[in-house]
Parts: sequence; C-alpha cells; structure tokens
Amino acid sequence: MAVITVLEAIREAMREEMRNDERVFIMGEDIGARGGVFLATDGFLSEFGEERVIDTPLAESSIAGIALGAAMSGLRPIAEIEFADFIWPTINQIVGEAAKVRYGTEGKLNAPLVLRAPQGGGVRGALYHSQSVEALFAHTPGLKVVTPSTPYDAKGLLKSAIRDNDPVIFLEHKRTYRLVKGEVPEQEYTIPIGKADVKKPGEDISIITYGLMVHHCLEAAQIASSENISVEVLDLRTVRPLDVESIIATVEKTGKALIVYEDNQALGIGSEVSALISQHAFEYLDAPVIRLGGPEVPAMPFSPPLEDMFMIDAEKISTAIKELAEY
Amino acid sequence: MKIELPQVGESVTEGIIGRWLKNVGDKIEKYDPLVEIITDKVNMELPSPVKGVLREIIANEGETVLMGGFIADIETSENEEGANDYKFEPDTADQEIGTTGILLKNTAPVGPTGSGGPIQQDESISTPDKKQLSKGRYSPAVLRLAEENKIDLSQIAGTGINGRITRKDVAAFIESDLTPPQNKDLPAMAANNTNPRGDQEKISLSPVRKMIAANMVKSATLIPQAWSEVAVDVTGMVLKRQSIKKSFMDKEGINITYLPFVVKAVAESLKKNPLLNSSWSEEGIILKKNINIGIAVAAPGGLVVPVIHNADLFSIAGIAGIMENLVTKAKNGKLDLPEVQGGTFTLNNTGALGSVSSRPLVNHPQAAIMTTEAIVKHPVVREDAIAIRSMMNICLSFDHRIMDGAEASAFSMSVKTLLETINPETPIY
Repeated sequence: MAVITVLEAIREAMREEMRNDERVFIMGEDIGARGGVFLATDGFLSEFGEERVIDTPLAESSIAGIALGAAMSGLRPIAEIEFADFIWPTINQIVGEAAKVRYGTEGKLNAPLVLRAPQGGGVRGALYHSQSVEALFAHTPGLKVVTPSTPYDAKGLLKSAIRDNDPVIFLEHKRTYRLVKGEVPEQEYTIPIGKADVKKPGEDISIITYGLMVHHCLEAAQIASSENISVEVLDLRTVRPLDVESIIATVEKTGKALIVYEDNQALGIGSEVSALISQHAFEYLDAPVIRLGGPEVPAMPFSPPLEDMFMIDAEKISTAIKELAEY
Repeated sequence: MKIELPQVGESVTEGIIGRWLKNVGDKIEKYDPLVEIITDKVNMELPSPVKGVLREIIANEGETVLMGGFIADIETSENEEGANDYKFEPDTADQEIGTTGILLKNTAPVGPTGSGGPIQQDESISTPDKKQLSKGRYSPAVLRLAEENKIDLSQIAGTGINGRITRKDVAAFIESDLTPPQNKDLPAMAANNTNPRGDQEKISLSPVRKMIAANMVKSATLIPQAWSEVAVDVTGMVLKRQSIKKSFMDKEGINITYLPFVVKAVAESLKKNPLLNSSWSEEGIILKKNINIGIAVAAPGGLVVPVIHNADLFSIAGIAGIMENLVTKAKNGKLDLPEVQGGTFTLNNTGALGSVSSRPLVNHPQAAIMTTEAIVKHPVVREDAIAIRSMMNICLSFDHRIMDGAEASAFSMSVKTLLETINPETPIY
C-alpha cells in the first residue's frame, strides 16, 4: 500500500474517475495551466485536454451555474472553488437550484455535480482563507456534504461523490492537504457517503468529530489514555446525511458525548448531533452532551496568537475530556 | 457570597468540618484561615477566597459536607445582589451552635447531614438545593442501569463531581457484586429482630473506611495480581543498625529503624526494574520517571500512605529523616495533600504487626506493593553447617498484566541482594 497525502488522494480520485468515465470533467479558477492553487489538478490539462479541464474566469456564481447546467444535461462536472471563503456567490445556484432539481422535476432530472472547496483555518490565512462553510450547506435537504479527514477517506469519498446522482459539496481541510499522510490501497475502492467511522475505539467518552479535528481529537485521546480515560473517536466523514446509527451506537456505549468541530459552535453540526443524541440515546446519557466548537467571532483573526486562541486544539479538547470524565 | 467546600484532591469526595477559626461577624481578609477541613486524605486549613465579613456559618463543626457544598456565607463589598434581599444584623449569640453537629453525626450515617441538623433561622435556599442535586438526581444512564439490575442507588458511593453517581460507578458496583442478599436484608432483619440484644449491629462507615473500601475493591477487581515471597538473610543489616543506633540518636535525634535501609534497597531495585514503577493502561504501560515510595502507616483514623518523593536521590540517613517527619505528621493527622499524592510504589512494614507472611493488595493504579515481614532468628544451613541467622521475608504482589514472574522476581532478588550485602561497613550518609 502506498503512503500518500490527502492532496495526492484527491488528485488520484479525480484522475481515476476521469479515466473511467468520459462524462467527468473539471472546471475552476487556475485549475488548468496552473494545475490548481494547491496543485490538486497538476498534470490534468496535458492528460485530458482543454475540453475536460476548463480554466474559468473569477466568477464563482458562473462556475456553479455552468456545472449545474452541465450536470442536468448529462455530464458529471467537478467544479473547484479555489477557497471555500469565496463559495458564497454560488448559494443561489447550489442551495436555491441544484438542491431542488430532483425534487422539483419529480425525479425526471438530477444534478450529479461535485463542488470541491478547500476550507478551514490554522494556516495563517486570516479572514478570507480560513472559513468553514459546512453548516450552511448541511442545512439544505437535497445536498450532500462531505468532510474527509484522511487520505484513505478522501479518495474513497471523492470517488463516491463523483458517481453520486445528487449535488455533493466536498469540503477538504487545507491543513490536512500535506500534513496528513496515510495508506491508500492500490486497488479500486469507494467509501459510501453517509457512513461514519470509528477512528479509535474507547469506553469512557465518545468524541464525535470530522475533518481536521479528527487528528486533534486522536491526539487528545492519546493524552487522556495516560490518565486512564478511554476515549472513542467517531469520525462522521459526512455531515449530511449524518450517520445517526453510528452516533447513537457510540453514545450508548460510553454514555458521555463530546462533539468537536472547528466551525462556529452555535447552530453548527454539533448542535444537530447533540439534538439527535438527546432524542435517541437519552436513557444512555450519563452527562450533558458537550459541544466544543469555534468561538462567537465573525472570522479567523489575522494575528497568529489570536488565531491559535480561535482554533480548537488537542489541549482544549483534553480539558473538555477531563471535565466530562470527572462528571 | 456563599463559600463552597473546594475540591481538595483527586478521589476525595467529602470533608468533615473541623474547628471554625473565625466567628460570625468577624472581618476577614482574603486568604485568612477560615476553617479546618478534615478529609480522608489530609487535614487542612481552608483560606478564605474573598475579603469581607463572615455572615453565616452554614456547615458546623463535625458535619460532613460534599465537595462543592456550601459551608459559609461571607458578605463582600463587591457582592451587592445578595446584600439587597438580606439585611444582615450581626447576632453571634444565635449562630454559635457548635456541638449540635457532632451529636447529629453520631446518629446519622456519614454523608451530607443537613436535614434535621443545626437550626437555621434564615431561608437559605441554596443549601437544600445543592443536596437535592447531588443526592436525588441521577443521569438517565444511571437510572436505567439501576432499574435493570434492581440496585438501590443509596448503597453506591459516587466518584463524580460533588459525589455524583456515574454510570461507571453503577457498572463497577454490579461487577464487584457488592449486593449479596445479606447486605440488602440487613436493615430488614434488624427491624424484625425480637431479641433485645440483637443478632448483629451495623457500624456506619467513616469517610476513611469508605475510601479504603473503594480502593480495595478497585485493586481486587481491576488488577489480576500474582504474589511471591522471598526469604532474606538480614543478619548484616541487624548488626549495622545495632552498631549505629545510639550514635545516630545522639547525632540526629532520630531512632533509626530497618525501614530506611529497605526503602533505599527498594528505590535502587525499582531503578533497575522500571516495570515495577509503572501503571497499566489499555493503550500501553506508563513508566513513571520518578521513584515515589508510599509507606503504609496505621494512623488513628485508619490507614494512610505518605509518600517519599524521589526516594532514589536520598541516602539512608536522609530517608530516615524524611520518614520520621512523615510518620509523625501521619499519626497526628497533619499530612499535607502533596505528601500523600504521587506514589508510584507502596511499601508496607507488616512485620511491625508480628506477621511473617502476608499477601498485600496492589495500591491501584500502581504496579506492585511489597511488604517487609518480622525479623526472626532461624536455624539455616551455611556451608553445610547449621547457623543462627536473622531472617526476614519480603512479599510482593504485582499486576500480572504489566509483568510476568521473571520481572517481578528480578526485582525481589535485587532487593534481597542489596539487603544481604549490608554490613557494619555500609555507609548511611
């Protein structure tokens, strides 16, 4: 098995799907000649040509709109938004239109498009290169929202997203791109959208998380084990649809739930997970459900010490674990 | 401002109020000693967290209070909201109750006493509320488990915040099977008993007894323990002690015992056998870098285990000095919290009680515990002749998850060799 980065996993997934299926094409800002701002599509232009690797103007609403039209006409576009911070002009095309295509046409049409976007902080990117956007899209039925954490998951999930018949928002955490390496099998595989994964089994506390935070949570779980606190880490992998069954299973096992996410805490993914737990696992709860999310601040600060305060890290997670364990 | 009994150490859940060092109406500076707190681990003086005037003593001398329970009310200048609805007139005569609490403690089992306690003429709402919270309310998981297993939750000592019973407490209770029928039937049998003398009598549990019981259950249920015993020829050590006993007393003012020699040998052997100085976790064995040897001491209130920190760094004389200080403090109930924390290995001189062999329980979460038994003169074979030698057994219980007999024996043999090579020439400084 090869050990590759998240970025390489994403590149492999797209390349394999483009080789397998002529309907698949990519479009976005600087993805062709430049190979993408993070080099996710490096070499694609020379292999697949200008018809299937399309450099677009700096106009996110048209990227999403063209992708939607192409998807409804039978193609399978992968549109890249250079940074998730610039995804907002696509809201009309994605939330207002793409999400409703299958429902609105009674299944006569669908919109098999993937909107890829690097997101998240901890990269000294300040206000316009650090945002997390999953909750805004996850609110809308008709969309799928995927937030992978490892190379294995990123590749398997992106291939599933490309083959999916509904619009999928595929949010890649920038910090995981080159920082996280992992084994990826040589042979073909996919990972179903909507299935969570236990990244570490444990007995005392369940941490439910996704994206970059999975790695900080695993680190905190390691610290906790030296204090004889056994932590289970559940990686949601997909935040819409949520894997309710796995969430309930882990909480029934431990009785204590901590939900960790980098996005704004209020009305975030953790709020929904928390509500599901109290509804479906109430009789198993041994402590209040705790969310550990981003602070009530409009955007990532520019100052490095302030950014560090903003970001959830292993230390903050450790403190939360300890408090929950003592309860 | 209501003053809470703070959390004064890990695994301590309640404290007994000792002597109040301030009277109602007294002016108090921040950090002034307020009251003596007696816990199962340590006695301490609680400093006042604020500056102000002592308005009310909520928990009287002798009462048992859960960590986080209210013990006093201090009027502070910053805190206006409380002052608005409560106009305080200092009236010390009404507040001096003192002994009622002690009487109460004798009639009620240990726990938060409050109800029916000393008369309180003010409508202090928070005190009963707090009690309600910790005693009456259980999490859904705890209630479900209790119902499924027909458990009376009042029988369980909680280890959560404010003595909360956690899901794990109930699970441990079920596992340890501490609900044999005779336990449950005890109150009923006592009630039905027509014999005026009674068949049995129940002694209520002191906090120390409860804590020791909980620790022993933990040790016996969580740790698969193996045991071994080694006979040590300590004739040389006996001679050495005899030869320095008087001069040591003259010079240091301390009666030198055998224990400092043993502590030194144990510390050196732990260094060579680090697995004995570790803790088990499901993720791996945690080796402890410091060698902190706990010494079991029979104090008047029950067993306490003061700790000699970094025992490997001290000479035999140094260890004797530290031990003298710790044992005196332990017997007077004056140990500070740091002096009972951080132990990585435990030593118990059961020989002082006359025992020649014992099977100690490992002090969870440590890896092993060793006893030194009584020194007895035995006829032994030396170079095909019978000799009279001073013999002492050392007994070791160890966590078999962490190590096997080979490692445990290597440790015991190291202690044996070090003790047997002690002779009148051995330096103690």
